[in-house]
Amino acid sequence: MTPTTEARDMKKSIKALRERAAAEGLLDVAYATVDSPFGTLLLAKTPRGLVRIGLPTEDAQELLTDLAGRISPRVMEAPAGLDEERRELEDYFAGRRHDFELPVDWQLSHGFLLRARQGIAAIPYGETRTYTDLARSAGNERAVRAAGSACSRNPIPLVVPCHRVLRSDGTLGGYAGGLEMKEGLLSLERHP
Amino acid sequence: MAELPPFQTLIDEHATAVMAVLRGAVGREGAEDAFQETFLAALRAYPGLRDARNLRGWLVTIAHRKAIDFHRARGRAPVPVAAVREEPVFDPEPTDGAIWTAVAELPPKQRAAVTLRFASDLPHEEIATALGCSPAAARRSLHEGLKRLRKELV
Repeated sequence: MTPTTEARDMKKSIKALRERAAAEGLLDVAYATVDSPFGTLLLAKTPRGLVRIGLPTEDAQELLTDLAGRISPRVMEAPAGLDEERRELEDYFAGRRHDFELPVDWQLSHGFLLRARQGIAAIPYGETRTYTDLARSAGNERAVRAAGSACSRNPIPLVVPCHRVLRSDGTLGGYAGGLEMKEGLLSLERHP
Repeated sequence: MAELPPFQTLIDEHATAVMAVLRGAVGREGAEDAFQETFLAALRAYPGLRDARNLRGWLVTIAHRKAIDFHRARGRAPVPVAAVREEPVFDPEPTDGAIWTAVAELPPKQRAAVTLRFASDLPHEEIATALGCSPAAARRSLHEGLKRLRKELV
C-alpha cells in the first residue's frame, strides 16, 4: 500500500469516527475553518449553537485549548458539521446576508457581559452604536469600560457584531481582529 | 483536574500509531472496526481522565483491550467449513479464545505488555514507549504476565 492510500484510508477512518461520535452525542465542541476576506476564521459550536469565532489574529491551537478547558475536552474538527455557519458567513462577506439566523450558545458570557453582548447582537446591519449606548442598554450607563470588554473579549465576533460599536467621538475604538478589519467590515456594510 | 488538550490533538498525533498497533494485533481487516471502537471508548472516557502525561500509552492500552475483545469474539465465532460431517464430533473450546480470555484477565500493565509483545510483535523498547515506562519495567510486566498465564493455562 502506498503512503497516499494509507493517508486516504486514515482520513476515511477519522471521518467515520467523527460521524459515530456525533451520533452518540460525544461531540461537545465541533470546529471548522472558513476563509474570509480578512483571513481564516475558526468556527466552534456545541450542540446548542455557535459558541466561538476565532478571528485571523487569534492562535487556533490556543483557542481550542481554551475551549477544551472551559467547555469540554471533547473537541473535534468537523467540517461538515458547520456547513450552515460557513454558508451564512460567506453570504455575509459577499454582502448577500444582513442578519444571521444561526443558533448561538451564550455559555461563555455571563451577567453584564451577556446582556451587553445580546445588546450588540441587536444592532442592525449598517448601523453603529457607542460604548456608552451599549452600557446603558445593558442596564448600567456608567459601565462604559465593561461595555468595552464586552466587545474586546466577545467570543462570537461578526455574528455578535461588536465592530458596530464605536467611541462617542466617532473614532473606531478597538477591535480584536485589528482596526483594519473593523474598518473593512463597516465599509462592507455601508456599501453592500 | 489534569489540563486535557482538545481531543482532536490526540487524533492528529496518535491515530497513525494506534492504527499500526491494531493492524499488528488484529490484522488489516479487523483494524478498522477496532480503531473506531478504540477512539470512541477514549472519547467517552476522556473528560474523566486524570493524567494527561502519557496519552499515547493510554490510547494504546485501550487499543489492546479492543484487540483482545476482537480475538475473544473470533475465538467463539463459528468457523466456516466446506462440508458438515455427519457423525457427532467432540468440539473442544478453541484454545486461542481461551488464551485471550486469560490474557484479558491479567492486570492492565501485564495485559498490555503481553498483547503488545505477541499480538503486535513489538520489541521491548517499543512496548516501553507505548506503556510509558522503562524497557526494564516493560520486560518485567511481560515476564510477570507470562508467568501468570502459564500457571493458569497449564
